[in-house]
Amino acid sequence: MRVSEKIIEGLLWLSAVITVLVTIGIIWVLLSESIGFFRQVSIVEFLTEKEWTPLFANKKFGIMPLVAGTLLTTLIAIAVALPLGLTIAIYLNEYAHARMRQIVKPLLEVLATIPTVVYGFFALTVVTPFLQQIIPGMAGFNALSAGIVMGIMIIPMISSLSEDAISSVPRSLREAAYGMGSTRLQTSFGVMVPAASSGIIVSVILAISRAVGETMIVAIAAGQQPRLTMNPLVPIETITTYIVQVSMGDVPQGSLEYKTIFAAGITLFIFTFALNNLSFWIKKKYQEKYD
Amino acid sequence: MTNSERNRLKDKAFQVFGIFCTFIGLVVLGIFLIDIIIEGSRRLDWDFLTSLPSRRASRAGILTAWVGTLWILVLTTLIALPLGVAAGLYLEEYGRKGRWANFLEINIANLAGVPSIIYGLLGLEIFVRQMRLGSSLLAGALTLSLLILPIIIVTTREAIKAVPRSIRDGSYALGASKWQTVWNQVLPASFGSILTGIILALSRAVGETAPLIVIGALAYVPFTPSSPLDEFTVLPIQIFNWTSRPQAAFLENAAAAIIALLVITFLLNGIAVYLRNRQQRKIKW
Repeated sequence: MRVSEKIIEGLLWLSAVITVLVTIGIIWVLLSESIGFFRQVSIVEFLTEKEWTPLFANKKFGIMPLVAGTLLTTLIAIAVALPLGLTIAIYLNEYAHARMRQIVKPLLEVLATIPTVVYGFFALTVVTPFLQQIIPGMAGFNALSAGIVMGIMIIPMISSLSEDAISSVPRSLREAAYGMGSTRLQTSFGVMVPAASSGIIVSVILAISRAVGETMIVAIAAGQQPRLTMNPLVPIETITTYIVQVSMGDVPQGSLEYKTIFAAGITLFIFTFALNNLSFWIKKKYQEKYD
Repeated sequence: MTNSERNRLKDKAFQVFGIFCTFIGLVVLGIFLIDIIIEGSRRLDWDFLTSLPSRRASRAGILTAWVGTLWILVLTTLIALPLGVAAGLYLEEYGRKGRWANFLEINIANLAGVPSIIYGLLGLEIFVRQMRLGSSLLAGALTLSLLILPIIIVTTREAIKAVPRSIRDGSYALGASKWQTVWNQVLPASFGSILTGIILALSRAVGETAPLIVIGALAYVPFTPSSPLDEFTVLPIQIFNWTSRPQAAFLENAAAAIIALLVITFLLNGIAVYLRNRQQRKIKW
């Protein structure tokens, strides 16, 4: 009896430890292949060169164009999702009836359940042709429509996390604001949003992290041309798209081209790791203020 | 206009803006679904579901893709379910609070934030190359299992946390051991919520494309897989492949395949929501 209890506990412990092994595995895989890459390409070239052409005859290994593409699509996505998501969160919390909230919230969550490849199809076949009518000269692949669609995808992320933050602000603060004769708008932006600001910032950081790592929408709709630009109307390439592009082709294992996807991967991992831990830190430091 | 009138006007204006924002997302969703259904329903018939892929758009079908998706679904469940529930049980019932528990918690939160394509790189190196599984169903399912593991662990922990202390105390008072208490009381009491979380995690896995592309799942597999070591394709990869082709006929195929994929994801989510509602009504501690 005692022995079997111990064995079971050991097995459960092992399952928990697997999560640590996964982290070690990710870091080991990214590092070991990247080190091979950086033996052949100097890290200075990687960070300062302005072109990324590992698959061409004249190879250049500057990560900046891929980072620029990633930042551009992320920026557009957040520019769409933050105002919409935050307004929705405030509206549902401070204005809408409980009935409406009950109906709208699950419907918005549907946006988060749709597979990203489906959003990519939407960006390419609906949003891009639509935008091309408004903006003549826009390329068939571009950062703008991929970014907008990505923004729509992360609306529920910002709206639901921000709503949680706003609704956890103590009632007394809201009542005090109303007692002073504030309108709902003044209460929202003068009291509730500042009081919930740490939670709202966390939601935005997590949304940024999500957008940085998003793959299929940009792989389908934003193009495959690494370009150091902030022009949203031309084809670009993100870090994630590059990894997909190489994975689809016939690049021999162990070659320098093959190692580039791990160098790109570790760059991506550093970005998301930093963003996620920043959000944990903010959450821990500021969120228990009212408890 | 007095100051208070102006403020009231602004308040009204924001209300209208709020309604506009809330519905714009839903309207876009609606336009999109209608567009897909109109475009895809022309191709979606029995032949489409039972045909192998083909170079000619009009003859191509999604048989290999949906069979592959089902395989992945079953294998991922078999791997991720026991692992995730066991890890959640350990963290909630067995693990002592302290630095180690804190570390595990932060680690799992971090894993949940790792982009899916990075899991693809992990799977490529560990499962496809080191373990020599090749671009097989098993390698794909293992990769996706690691991807959804953090979600399952977190939901398992929350489900177990909701089981009141008194249930455990009652069980111990009757002389049950720790594992007997967990197995006979805690797990059955929290199983509904755990199941909901697992189904939501699986619906995420079904829609994943990027990690499977990275481990080398192919768009063109001319047969349906018959063992976990066979090469495979899944619906999202088939959709990606058809979407990347210039011919309009393939876009129509992609739309039809999207309908099939959305039916599966919405079905899984529907089951999860149904279970959650039933659970909430049934249990009153």
